[in-house]
Amino acid sequence: MSSVTLSASASANAARRGNVLGRRLLIISAWLVFVLFLLLPLFIVLSEALKHGFGTFFGAIFEPDAISALKLTLLAVGISVPLNLVFGVAAAWCVSKYEFRGKSLLVTLIDLPFSVSPVIAGLIYVLLFGAQGFFGPWLREHDIQIIFALPGIVLATVFVTVPFVARELIPLMQEQGTQEEEAARLLGANGWQMFWHVTLPNIKWGLIYGVVLCTARAMGEFGAVSVVSGHIRGYTNTLPLHVEILYNEYNHVAAFSVASLLLLMAVFILLLKQWSESRINRLKASAGEE
Amino acid sequence: MSRRTSPVIPGFGLTLGYTLVYLSLLVLIPLGAMFVHAAQLTWAEFWAIISAPRVLAALKLSFATAFAAAVINGIIGTLLAWALVRYSFPGRKVIEAMIDLPFALPTAVAGIALTALYAPSGLVGQFATDLGFKIAYTPIGITLALTFVTLPFVVRTIQPVLADIPREVEEAAACLGAKPLQVFRHVLLPALLPAWLTGFSLAFARGVGEYGSVIFIAGNMPMKTEILPLLIMVKLDQYDYTGATAIGVLMLVVSFILLLLINLLQRQIAKS
Repeated sequence: MSSVTLSASASANAARRGNVLGRRLLIISAWLVFVLFLLLPLFIVLSEALKHGFGTFFGAIFEPDAISALKLTLLAVGISVPLNLVFGVAAAWCVSKYEFRGKSLLVTLIDLPFSVSPVIAGLIYVLLFGAQGFFGPWLREHDIQIIFALPGIVLATVFVTVPFVARELIPLMQEQGTQEEEAARLLGANGWQMFWHVTLPNIKWGLIYGVVLCTARAMGEFGAVSVVSGHIRGYTNTLPLHVEILYNEYNHVAAFSVASLLLLMAVFILLLKQWSESRINRLKASAGEE
Repeated sequence: MSRRTSPVIPGFGLTLGYTLVYLSLLVLIPLGAMFVHAAQLTWAEFWAIISAPRVLAALKLSFATAFAAAVINGIIGTLLAWALVRYSFPGRKVIEAMIDLPFALPTAVAGIALTALYAPSGLVGQFATDLGFKIAYTPIGITLALTFVTLPFVVRTIQPVLADIPREVEEAAACLGAKPLQVFRHVLLPALLPAWLTGFSLAFARGVGEYGSVIFIAGNMPMKTEILPLLIMVKLDQYDYTGATAIGVLMLVVSFILLLLINLLQRQIAKS
């Protein structure tokens, strides 16, 4: 009997030793991936941007073309994110609160833009609204420009970011069910009161999380916007496109300076994301305790 | 279409209607327009465009590099998710927060940063040069860029599943005499595989269509390092809308067939 326990404890020891080794290896490889793959690119952007000191760095950022690119990026984000926010709430509402035929098809369609190449997203709008497109002649007659102008940039940005808010809200609202809303209705609340006072507080953090992800993508979108923008400096150039132009002109320091501005925005977005995520987890934890 | 379960809650017609109109106007009709445009071609013309050597080379390159990147992420992502879920170690929270960096960072920024690192004279690329090979301006560079931009997919889909598997299950299997590999094969793999495949297919789909991060590091040599989305761009710059449309249709059809296959595989696994 004792030999059995001995061999059992020996194999348990061996397993534990193996576990410790595996654990160390995994932690080290996690660190390696983090440093080599995530930190190093950040480092290179900042170091290339500051190669010639702060003077050239700020010079590149405050140059008029860069400022107008920043304004255009913020404007495109400012229009497309609210559009997708309203869409996301409406889509999540009908998917999570009701049962109807074709629901899984609808969810697939909402996710569709994720599996379409951004370049194709730009292409389809050129085919519709470009000079040779379906509506091209009509638009020209009425002197409306969509492609190579702000509306095209907004359309392309909206297309690639359609799913973000809806995707975050659907699982959250399905989990929460319909009881609280039903109670509000039975107590005499009308539709809007129910939405503002019951639903919105419940989905607030998930909504913020979705908006943050949507903003990140909208701000950095390159392929789709590149097709529809026409790259007119100072007019239809967004920040990521401005980086490309500077880079292709071998103006690397300026390209990396503008890139580090985008990098800072990305890090800020990550912080916001982390914050809203921790609020969601706290809400879930407190819901679990009840 | 209206079999609602909670007739008390208002807004079904409004929200469904809005969702359908919005999706139709912005996504479905424009995508449909591309297929209508492509339908103006005869089969022979369509075939002539997509069977051009340059298109086939780009097609192979795009799908091969996206597949390779998804496989690499399938491995790295599983290891990362494992370390983040199962162990607490110094810096875990920072790594956890930074995993999503590739999603937050504009792809053009990622593209020029990776090029600066892996170009033959770059910080990392010079070591490769010493060893006698090139990373940037080759398919290896493209795979690297795709691996970077799709890194979070597998980690993020596996993490919650891994967190939900109670450790006791593995310990019980180990106590019953299962070796670590057996535990992995019979306990963890069946539980993780559906999520893993979801992460894999998300990464793959994104990789096939990715443009911004790739064009800087690819070198964009026709027949060698030219990806399919770039070829669409090239055709558009030449005002060859028909050519661009045909390639776009080809790309969508091939990706949907592949995603459908992955989906079927997933259902098969869920059944067994």
